[in-house]
Amino acid sequence: MKEFIAFHQSFLKKIFQFSLKTIFLIPTFWLIIFFLIPLTFVWIYSFSEVQDIISFKLTWTLKNYREAFEPVYLSIIFKSIWMAGLTTLICLVLGLIVSIFIAFNPSKVLKNFFLLLIILPFWTNMLIRTYALIAVLRTTGYINKSYNYLWDFLNSISNFLGLDSQALLGDFTPLNLLYNNGAVILGLVYIHLPFMILPLFGVLEKLEKSYIEASFDLGAGKITTLFKVILPKISEGIYAGLLITFIPALGSFLTPDLLGGNDSQMIANVIERQFKGANDWPFGSSLSFLLMYLLFFIVAMKSLMKNK
Amino acid sequence: MSKKKLIIDYHQTWWVKFFFWSTIFFFYSPIITLMAFSFNNSRRNIVWRGFTLKYYEKAINNIDLLEAFSNSLIIALVSTLISLVLGFLTAYSLWRFKFPFKAIYEGALSLPIVIPEIAMGVSMLIFFNQINWPTDLSWPYNLSAIIIAHITFSFPFVAVVIRARLQNFNFEQEEAAMDLCASQLRILWDIVIPFLKPAFISGGILAFTLSLDDFVITFFTSTPNTVTFPVKVYSMLRFSVTPEINAISTIMILITFLLASLGLYYQSKFKK
Repeated sequence: MKEFIAFHQSFLKKIFQFSLKTIFLIPTFWLIIFFLIPLTFVWIYSFSEVQDIISFKLTWTLKNYREAFEPVYLSIIFKSIWMAGLTTLICLVLGLIVSIFIAFNPSKVLKNFFLLLIILPFWTNMLIRTYALIAVLRTTGYINKSYNYLWDFLNSISNFLGLDSQALLGDFTPLNLLYNNGAVILGLVYIHLPFMILPLFGVLEKLEKSYIEASFDLGAGKITTLFKVILPKISEGIYAGLLITFIPALGSFLTPDLLGGNDSQMIANVIERQFKGANDWPFGSSLSFLLMYLLFFIVAMKSLMKNK
Repeated sequence: MSKKKLIIDYHQTWWVKFFFWSTIFFFYSPIITLMAFSFNNSRRNIVWRGFTLKYYEKAINNIDLLEAFSNSLIIALVSTLISLVLGFLTAYSLWRFKFPFKAIYEGALSLPIVIPEIAMGVSMLIFFNQINWPTDLSWPYNLSAIIIAHITFSFPFVAVVIRARLQNFNFEQEEAAMDLCASQLRILWDIVIPFLKPAFISGGILAFTLSLDDFVITFFTSTPNTVTFPVKVYSMLRFSVTPEINAISTIMILITFLLASLGLYYQSKFKK
């Protein structure tokens, strides 16, 4: 009898231990089923062709990839890289200055307060932030309305001087601040600047301040110290910030969609059109994979440079 | 008491200060103007015509909007809970166990973080279409596709947060417990999990915000019957710009502010 109970106890214990171990495999299964397999589907689709309105056939064709290299799409790819690059550059400059301001502040209370101040808009819903920019930039938006008032005010001065009203500045033409490349870049900077600030702040905080003091002692000015001492020492943080800003900027969809005009399309907009409008899923899949290869290449370059 | 002259005074340099405060102005002025104009009694939203709450009334009575918002909340809650579990399992196994292909596993885990959102949205769309995921389920099961997608991109973030906290775990606590003959499971339950509480809270808030805020991936996995809050606002924006959107946005901003304060409060509590 005792052996019977003992046997079953150890058997149950073994099952318990086994299921305990397999529980830890659940994330792996989840990743495989809901992440890797979908990506594989996309990869397969990129080699397929459109049969009729709703079905596709896997024909292992390279047609979709070739189409991606046509001038019209290639130019959009290059433009996206250029816009994301410019955004990242602006974010780098602004982000550095802001991080320096916060990190070198001697008061811990102020430091946390300023950090919070910068991060708080970041937590706001991206759509709301983009809408806020639209409200500011459009032809009947806040900037143009203020500009209008200024214009009318200056015009009214001409009245005061006895001249024909409107003589000073002529008719008011609103600034076209929205639906162009500039608006998209402004929007991208607006959304992605906090991404750049966080890693920069992290490395600046941990930086040995004695290096900077030594540099000042040796007679270097603030800007010289910045470029010759601080920047080289925080290069790790700069690389992290560049990656964490450039990659999402390159793949961004919402900002160019809402703020851009017809000629400010980025890669993600083209991809979206293939799936939601043109129904050319194979071509959209090939574009998605090209985007991923591009980003993978950039990350690989970064690790290569790091290991040099 | 005389003020000690600071050697490193970048934060007092004029151009640093100028750019910092300009950036703050740049960040906040669109948001504050948006919030201010949600009270503006004017449909065209430009000139101030008087204080009103009528757009808040309109927003609260907008049934589609409420439905979208409740969908977003439910998706965020379920996604957060499951992400916490999956994230914990991932972080714990990486911290505790040795197994083959560990490096590949770690790499694969960082993929959902690095991948561009549009690629993930596209892959989810193709996946659910390819396996003929049922599209006529009743509520709330029709939210399942969105929830699955959200969990997939959330739990690696939670895993990162939990792993960071586990780095600080003092093994001596565990050894002491083992000396007292506690089993592995008890150690897990009595020591590790309470230790991880701050990580669970910050990871949970992170997962919740990621889900609530997500647009692109949800855009690709939702149907006209399963609209979430960002998707609804997007279609409202495309249609016409009314102060109603200002009103909803202000409400969302306040909710976000509340969540952020909660997160901070817990962080400061546990720093002691």
